Amino acid sequence: MKHSFIPWLILGWIGFLLMPWYLLEDGFWSFIWLTDGYPTDMDYAPAILQGMLAERLWLLPLALPLLLPLRLIPLTKNDPRYSRYLIIAGASGLIYMLVQGFAIGVSGWQFVSLDLLFGELEQQQYGMGYGAVLCGLSFLILLTTGLAASGFLKGDVFVTGSIGLVVTLVGIFVFFPVSQVLFSAFVDNDGSFAPVAFANKLFSDNIWSVSCLSSGYSCGIAWNSLALAISTAFLTTLLGLAFALVVTRTGFRWKKSLRLLTVLPIITPPFVIGLALILLFGRSGVVTQFFADVFNIEPGRWLYGMPGVLFAQVLSFTPISFLVLIGVVEGVSPSMEEASQTLHANRWKTFVNVSLPLMRPGLANAFLLAFIESLADFGNPMVLGGDFEVLSTEIFFAIVGAQNDQGYAAVLAMVLLAFTLSAFFLQRRWLGKKSYTTVTGKAESGAYMGLNDGMKVACYMAALPWAALTVVIYGMIMFGGFVQNWGYDNSFTLQHYTDAFAVGWGDFGVIWEGAAWDSLWTTLSISAIAAPFTALVGLLTAYLLVRQQFKWKDTFEFGTMLSFAIPGTVIGISYILAFNVPPFELTGTGVILIICFVFRNMPVGVRGGIAAMSQLDKSLDEASLTLGANSLMTFRRVILPLLRPAIIAALVYSFVRAITSVSAVIFLVSADHNMATSYIIGLVENGEFGIAIAYCSVLILVMLSVIIGINLAVGQRRLRRTDSISITPTKTSFSAPSLKEKQA
Amino acid sequence: MKKSSYLLGLTLATVATLGATPALAKGKLNVLCSTDTDWCSLMETRFEAETGVKVSLIRKSSGESYAQLRAERKNPKIDIWWGGTGDPHLQAAAEKLTQVYKPKALPELNDWAQNQAKVSGYRTVGIYAGALGFGYNADLLKAKGLPAPQCWKDLTKPIYKGEVQVANPNSSGTSYTALATFVQIMGEDQAFEFLSNLHKNINQYTKSGSAPIKAAANGETAIGITFIHDIVKQVKKGYPVKAVAPCEGTGYEVGSMSIVKGARHLKEAKMWAEFALRPDIQTLAAEAKAYQVPSNKSATTPDGAPDFSTLKLIDYNFAKYGSAETRQHLLQRWDAEIKSLPR
Repeated sequence: MKHSFIPWLILGWIGFLLMPWYLLEDGFWSFIWLTDGYPTDMDYAPAILQGMLAERLWLLPLALPLLLPLRLIPLTKNDPRYSRYLIIAGASGLIYMLVQGFAIGVSGWQFVSLDLLFGELEQQQYGMGYGAVLCGLSFLILLTTGLAASGFLKGDVFVTGSIGLVVTLVGIFVFFPVSQVLFSAFVDNDGSFAPVAFANKLFSDNIWSVSCLSSGYSCGIAWNSLALAISTAFLTTLLGLAFALVVTRTGFRWKKSLRLLTVLPIITPPFVIGLALILLFGRSGVVTQFFADVFNIEPGRWLYGMPGVLFAQVLSFTPISFLVLIGVVEGVSPSMEEASQTLHANRWKTFVNVSLPLMRPGLANAFLLAFIESLADFGNPMVLGGDFEVLSTEIFFAIVGAQNDQGYAAVLAMVLLAFTLSAFFLQRRWLGKKSYTTVTGKAESGAYMGLNDGMKVACYMAALPWAALTVVIYGMIMFGGFVQNWGYDNSFTLQHYTDAFAVGWGDFGVIWEGAAWDSLWTTLSISAIAAPFTALVGLLTAYLLVRQQFKWKDTFEFGTMLSFAIPGTVIGISYILAFNVPPFELTGTGVILIICFVFRNMPVGVRGGIAAMSQLDKSLDEASLTLGANSLMTFRRVILPLLRPAIIAALVYSFVRAITSVSAVIFLVSADHNMATSYIIGLVENGEFGIAIAYCSVLILVMLSVIIGINLAVGQRRLRRTDSISITPTKTSFSAPSLKEKQA
Repeated sequence: MKKSSYLLGLTLATVATLGATPALAKGKLNVLCSTDTDWCSLMETRFEAETGVKVSLIRKSSGESYAQLRAERKNPKIDIWWGGTGDPHLQAAAEKLTQVYKPKALPELNDWAQNQAKVSGYRTVGIYAGALGFGYNADLLKAKGLPAPQCWKDLTKPIYKGEVQVANPNSSGTSYTALATFVQIMGEDQAFEFLSNLHKNINQYTKSGSAPIKAAANGETAIGITFIHDIVKQVKKGYPVKAVAPCEGTGYEVGSMSIVKGARHLKEAKMWAEFALRPDIQTLAAEAKAYQVPSNKSATTPDGAPDFSTLKLIDYNFAKYGSAETRQHLLQRWDAEIKSLPR
């Protein structure tokens, strides 16, 4: 092929001439259209026929930017017209598509001014379908190829194209919806601009009151959230460090089992930990009643409110910090500790002055992660919050509650976003530009320094009771599915499982009788489809960030990380607002769920990829490039194979996250695409705890087996070396939402 | 059940396409359902079996449903919204999210159901009613040696300190109904005085309206204020809970049904509307463990449901207390005067 843009141009022509231009009502995967009146039926017609037969004349000019590049075929790449024409064709095509898409919708012109200008429009148009997507993609690549040809990024077509693609996708699926919802902070319920109302909401006592400090009145939501998040982050980091030290620096016998604990919170559906805590420590809980009977302590309700939420969150997130910290603690090079000891520092001094500072990035990451998770956590405050109001739940109730104040929800979302982003920047400041590199290519054979006795005891005291409690709680969860009325009538029953997962035989084969099958299949298939896309987009972005230098790289990075900081409820509502109407009409489909998961979990893939890729020496790429491979080939043949742990991490994490996410999903599920968590919420709302718990247990088991399965299938990367220290501990990497900073 | 009929339908459809005849499907209907899951799926299967219409049903709480209809206003995906407390249905009607339809069965309905239709300009109609009350955990009260409360004002007695639960009216429609009920029984200022006294006994304002009675069933609180049919449900499950219809009288909700404006399957939506108002269909509710009072006069009230003729029901002014103005005023006053009070 003489020119690399030609296949993309052909794709564009296929989109314009052959594929159905508009969204198919029967769903993305349905192929009924092939036999049902295509190509002349206007539901299925391609753009060219839409334009000629249905008088959707505005589609016809799209042919021009598709014709223009044809003139380039006889030219060479060095011809100045080459880049200019491609840029013109791509840019004008994209812009025209967007303009016509937003200007004309299901009811003709979308803006009153257009009505006045051109008169009423009889035709209407629907969401973009196959044809439109192909055309758009084609224009995008034409544009980026043109830019590359004009010298952009050293003329690298693959890198320019990838950046263009990621920017476009993030623009459409993160910035566009989020800006819609933030915009609604400035308008009142009727849609008119209301800055005064905005200011009132933003500075209201509900959010910022500090009266709890001086009197019995309650404090503002923002302070509640902040206090909770800081306490959770602090405690989980401490506990996580204790766990990590027990595992790496002591002769503790059941290290493997401790590592297993790390997987638990990630595969735990929301609500379950809260429910289990109520049954243990609630007023009628087992533990509470025991203390009441034996020590005559009046059963109290301390669990409902900040202590309970904090307890549940520390329980849920400690394993995550453990996961982040264990890699870092392992990574601290024994030779530095040895050096310190050789210089006559004792073990305590060495730990405080050498090991701990080297763990700084890990501690900061663990803290930041727990902080963000705590702010965005929805399930625990929902179940245990009591009167203790936090931002994430208040956002939800501002939208669905009796107030129905979307503007207020948007204001709260802004506050939440501000907190997360400031934490993010503070962390970067604190880490600064110091070097924390400890894993080098140099051979080292030292053994880790053991803890001194005092610290050992402290770590055991912190970690072991906590581990035991975790085991008890998960035991309760598994057990809860088998009892009649959880917490009240504890007689054994299989009823909940048969209600949810009964299978029968009928005339047409297996009949999935249980009520839960529908949502379970949907959940599994949607999560399974989303996972590889998440991994792909995430790793591609990571590659661009680590290996390529370009202008606005920081902004680019920030944009790709943004969706991690946005609470699920906000994402959910913003997706409905943005994607219910053409040109991007996605509500009610399974695609919207997939897209939501891909872009919500992408930052994890990015972070994991960055962490892994920073450890791969750049000389590997350079060798590949010197040997004549282009950057696409290098990415595919050199980098990807070395990134196996990161790929597993991204795959597993996004799969599992998709299954357990709840707040974003509530608004996006539809009758044909119901997700397990939203189904479980319905059960919890109705007090059907038995079935809900049974369903959760099944989900936990499914996720566990998938994690093990993927680990076995993808395997470990083969590095021909025998070092005792692996570059990234593959055992732990599969689930780390590791916000590892570049260690350089 | 559902899967098998789906498989059957699929097979038939394949046969039909192969035989080059038009597909057998008799239309589609997208239903938003805001009652309990059991009742939703019962309605779905019955309607599908009777009409052959393929129903896609999703269950969401009434608040979530209303939020969805608002968000989808420009391009509705839902045809009919069935069930859920009446307030959001009235709000949707006021915003013209739903469309005018006078079901044929309208004259057969109880007055409160017809009234709901009238108030909304026939954009919604009542399908069931539930009275407000409170429930207590009999075991817990006995263990503490406390008498069973009988009236609203009993709940403010100091003996019940820290034992009463009710939802936050900002988040729960149930609790807003309670707030409006107190205002209508006592007058606004007295109602807020009552609420500030009650506040001392409240251990927690929950998010969801039915959470207080579930907490009472589990022994987490002694008394929960909510709808009586939710209490009956816990009783039927075997928890030691008793329902009380307060002596001063009480308010009620009218569970409603609205056809969405711009529905793509209008014909089927109307079929569903007529179907849902039929006495034999409303009588089925008991099968799904729903203990509300049906709106069709000839439907049988489920065993255990509160008998409306013996309840002291107030003349609940849905038009006034459902309006955005009154709502905002009462909620703001509650926020300012009650919520953050010290206990």
